[in-house]
Amino acid sequence: MRPSQRITVTASLLLVVCLAGSAALLHRTDQLRAGATLEEVLYVSSPKMLKRMSLGYDGLLADIYWTRAVQYFGKKHHVGAAHYNLLAPLLEITTALDPRLTVAYEFGANFLSPQPPNGAGMPDRAVDLVETGIRANPDEWRLYYSLGFIHYMERKDYAAAAQAFQRGSHAPNAHPWMKLLAAQMAQRGGDLETARMMWTATYETTPDPMIKSNAVAHLRALQADEDVTQLVAAIERFRERTGHLPVSFNQLVTVGLLPEVPQDPTGQPYRLMPDGRVEVRYPEDLPFIQKGLPPGYDSSVPKVKPEPASK
Amino acid sequence: MSARIVHIATNTFREAVRDRVLYNLIAFALLMMGASILVGQISIEIERLVVINLGLTAVSLFGMVIAIFIGIGLVSKEMDKRTLYTVLSRPVRRWEFIVGKFCGLAGTLVVNTFFMAIGVFLALLYVSRHLQKPDTWVLVALYFIVLQFVIITALTLLFSSFSTPLLSAVFAFSLFVIGSFSEDLRGFAAMAKGMSHWLATGVAYLVPNFSALNVISSVAHGQPVSGQLILFNTAYALLYAATALCGAVLVFEHRNLK
Repeated sequence: MRPSQRITVTASLLLVVCLAGSAALLHRTDQLRAGATLEEVLYVSSPKMLKRMSLGYDGLLADIYWTRAVQYFGKKHHVGAAHYNLLAPLLEITTALDPRLTVAYEFGANFLSPQPPNGAGMPDRAVDLVETGIRANPDEWRLYYSLGFIHYMERKDYAAAAQAFQRGSHAPNAHPWMKLLAAQMAQRGGDLETARMMWTATYETTPDPMIKSNAVAHLRALQADEDVTQLVAAIERFRERTGHLPVSFNQLVTVGLLPEVPQDPTGQPYRLMPDGRVEVRYPEDLPFIQKGLPPGYDSSVPKVKPEPASK
Repeated sequence: MSARIVHIATNTFREAVRDRVLYNLIAFALLMMGASILVGQISIEIERLVVINLGLTAVSLFGMVIAIFIGIGLVSKEMDKRTLYTVLSRPVRRWEFIVGKFCGLAGTLVVNTFFMAIGVFLALLYVSRHLQKPDTWVLVALYFIVLQFVIITALTLLFSSFSTPLLSAVFAFSLFVIGSFSEDLRGFAAMAKGMSHWLATGVAYLVPNFSALNVISSVAHGQPVSGQLILFNTAYALLYAATALCGAVLVFEHRNLK
């Protein structure tokens, strides 16, 4: 082998080995520094200062911060975290850098408002965020929808929710649901039917698969809650008629109190307990239910890992 | 190390000094003195923070500019002045020339950083009246900055081995910017799906990782740096620089110099 060939072979081999080694080390370093970038970025927490430091590239920086916020939420959500301390500052920086990034208000509010582990449990900051978004983008009907949604779901302030839907219904290209929701909210804020309407509207108006699947989970939970209420009522009627509790749902079907053996929205049969209670078979598959849970079941602890944020 | 590499490295260092590269130290000293005096008058309780942030950022940027603008001329200048042919007509191999040039410029940057580090510590001493224990982490931040220089010097040499000085500077500077956001890049890659995931992951691991080598903000707040990170960063910088140098050797070895 000529010296030149020997150098080429040696350098090529070294190049491959060093590149593979550096990639492996980089992977280890990332594991060592999990979350370090986020902690470091918040050393500069003033949106105004960051906007000046971006030298006019604030749009790009906003995109980077928005991605960091999504990653932060996704990682925390994945492990069922109880605290999301950096989420609000990250969202505030993002929207200050690019006030027209409506997706950050809309999804950010969805991350901020629900109680942990489904969100940061900060509905008031979520309201502030969306109100800021509405001031910057008054024609975006989705922001009014998000605002009404937070007032309804987390703050239980039905009047404020109705007002938000009403304001949004006047925005250009507002979805027809907005007027219906405003009317429904004003008349029957706390109804099960209103909740069902809200989640149906969410399902039909969002293009995002993650939000769609969340809406489906809530609709299933509402259905399960309603089923359990009706089943408990049927069991009570059976007890009044016969003087004892039924041992199976078949007995209720036989006496005509139920048309068939009931199944929950996931297709699993409900369980009739010896003390007359009704439970769902797999509560982890119905994460938002309020009825039909086994005694002592803590729904705030995720039994299955929720999907990380993908947007 | 081959004596020929040492000779080339020494000459590169001398040439850099002759080119008045170290004059940047005067600008740096003035900047640090001005900042130390000014910040003491206009701010409260953040004197140390400002001096460390400003000092280390200046060390990093001054060094980067030197690494890029000297590095791009390391090969092309020798070719323009025809001195390269004189060197290679002697028993000097092309790879020795590349490695020698790299060592010379890296050495220049180490000396330059050493003097700037003295400036940073003098400014710190001026604003705080005494040095504190967390200030030792500033030394680690400076060490990481030197590791950044090692990587960027190797990359600049790689680009200058096949491209024009102007384009080499553009490539090197672009990689510096991209590398500073490399952790975000890997975050984007992790969120992508399908083909774009593999493509983005490949790019994310190929570009230099300057994010982990930048601990300026954390040491300014007195945060310690783990020994493991120091070890990983050192090994990473050396391996990455070796990769770029191997690339430069391969290109230069097959380049037609006639």
